[in-house]
Amino acid sequence: MLKKLYKLYLVLIFLFLYLPIGVLIVLSFNDSKSKVQWGGFTLKWYGSLFSSESILEAFWMTIFISLGSALIATVIGTLAALGADAMKKRGQAFLIGAANIPLLNADIVTGISLMLLFVRFTRLGMNTVLLAHITFNIPYVILNVMPKLKQESRTTYEAALDLGATPLYAFFKITWPQILPGVLSGFLMAMTMSLDDFSVTYFTKGAGVNTLSTMIYTEMRKGIRPEMYALSTLLFLIALTLLLIMNFGPSAKEKEKS
Amino acid sequence: MRKIRGLKRQLLAGPYLVWIAAFTLLPLMVILYYAFTTTSGHPTLLNVTSIFASVHFKSLLLSLELAFLCTAACLLLSYPLALALSSLKTKRQGFIVFIFILPMWMNFMLRILAWKMLLSNNGVINMVLEAVGLPALDVMNTPFAVVFCMIYDFLPFMALPIYNSMSRIDKGILEAAQDLGAGRATTFFRIILPLTAPGAVSGTIMVFVPALTSFAISDLLGGGKVLLIGNVIEQAFIQEYNWNLGSGLSLVLMVFVIASMALMNSRGDEGGVGIC
Repeated sequence: MLKKLYKLYLVLIFLFLYLPIGVLIVLSFNDSKSKVQWGGFTLKWYGSLFSSESILEAFWMTIFISLGSALIATVIGTLAALGADAMKKRGQAFLIGAANIPLLNADIVTGISLMLLFVRFTRLGMNTVLLAHITFNIPYVILNVMPKLKQESRTTYEAALDLGATPLYAFFKITWPQILPGVLSGFLMAMTMSLDDFSVTYFTKGAGVNTLSTMIYTEMRKGIRPEMYALSTLLFLIALTLLLIMNFGPSAKEKEKS
Repeated sequence: MRKIRGLKRQLLAGPYLVWIAAFTLLPLMVILYYAFTTTSGHPTLLNVTSIFASVHFKSLLLSLELAFLCTAACLLLSYPLALALSSLKTKRQGFIVFIFILPMWMNFMLRILAWKMLLSNNGVINMVLEAVGLPALDVMNTPFAVVFCMIYDFLPFMALPIYNSMSRIDKGILEAAQDLGAGRATTFFRIILPLTAPGAVSGTIMVFVPALTSFAISDLLGGGKVLLIGNVIEQAFIQEYNWNLGSGLSLVLMVFVIASMALMNSRGDEGGVGIC
């Protein structure tokens, strides 16, 4: 009896989560000017999606910003975690406390405070968005790398040094393989956060610079073009593939084995 | 020797320390400066105290109300969800949890767009209602539509931590409770609820803060009629170019965020006590 209730509940939540996405997908194949009247099957919105310069520009901008900011944040964040690991308690507490500020602060405040700083020194544009994204991405990297460093066996690293390995050699032979999973998940998390961000981008971008989030926002205020539905369908498929690979792909299988 | 090694390694944090100073601490100083000065640069408290102006105060109250509603709804929806998920066979659990995470990966804006299509006056839901002869809903541009979309957007942030802490509960404890004669309700309130409290606390923070501070959802689904504190701040910056007022109100918002987190964290410690 309870099992049946649970199943029913899962189905209901499933519908709640997927109905909106399903509607977008159906509308992307709808050959009708009016929003919700079904006018027959078409692929023309996908065609005009790929010939729309503003959409493609926003798409590539999004990819560039999220990949770039995640990469830079991974480098700075991993270095910071390594440095913090060597620090005394107080230094570590300060560093982690500071890392928590952009993580816990409201997005809108992070975006506004960065904008107020940027306009004093430079013009808002793509670079300011990149800087802002790096800023809120670094904490995710630190939070993913620190636990791995805590698990790492310090004695092996010290032994390598005592046996004459240079610190760099010992790092790449011993520490790096152990923290790599943390570095990778930090990178992926940073990229996800960057892809999904709206508020911080909205305040730190200059005129004419758009990521997908800010472009859809402007479009929605003007009224929606059907190409947006096609775009959502494609983005949903991309997210589906990425998550499938991450969860059930070859690397996930290896993780389970070890 | 070891000390020197440690010192050198600490230097690796250098770039990040510079980054914190430049892009985390300095921006906060700038926002403080704007918040406590007039447009001509004279010191003032008016930007901060203007939260008590009736329009601003009303929007702050509405934001708090909607954030509470959204958090409560997410809590109420998440517990049965987590229970149902952990009642599944372990083999299928991974995949089904995956299905529930997937919508989270859709772009935030697209999820809002989807609800707009469903809820708007000539949207899908009303079309269906009309087809079966029921009266049309008129929820677009109301706080109801905004809360609904917030719940949709933030539900996974609540459901996942609760599910995670629930799946960590030792099954032996639950069986022991049943052997000792506890019914389902007793088991839930005396064992599951306290053991999942840390998850519920982090979920509450992750839902309450974005719900309190969001401005995009209310802007797009409220049609300018639902004015949250986030909207007031955004308008101060983007439409009125009154950066001082915007900064002052942002500061107030920050205080609320910090206060709600401090409150939840103290509760979290209490909930965490007694697990071991």
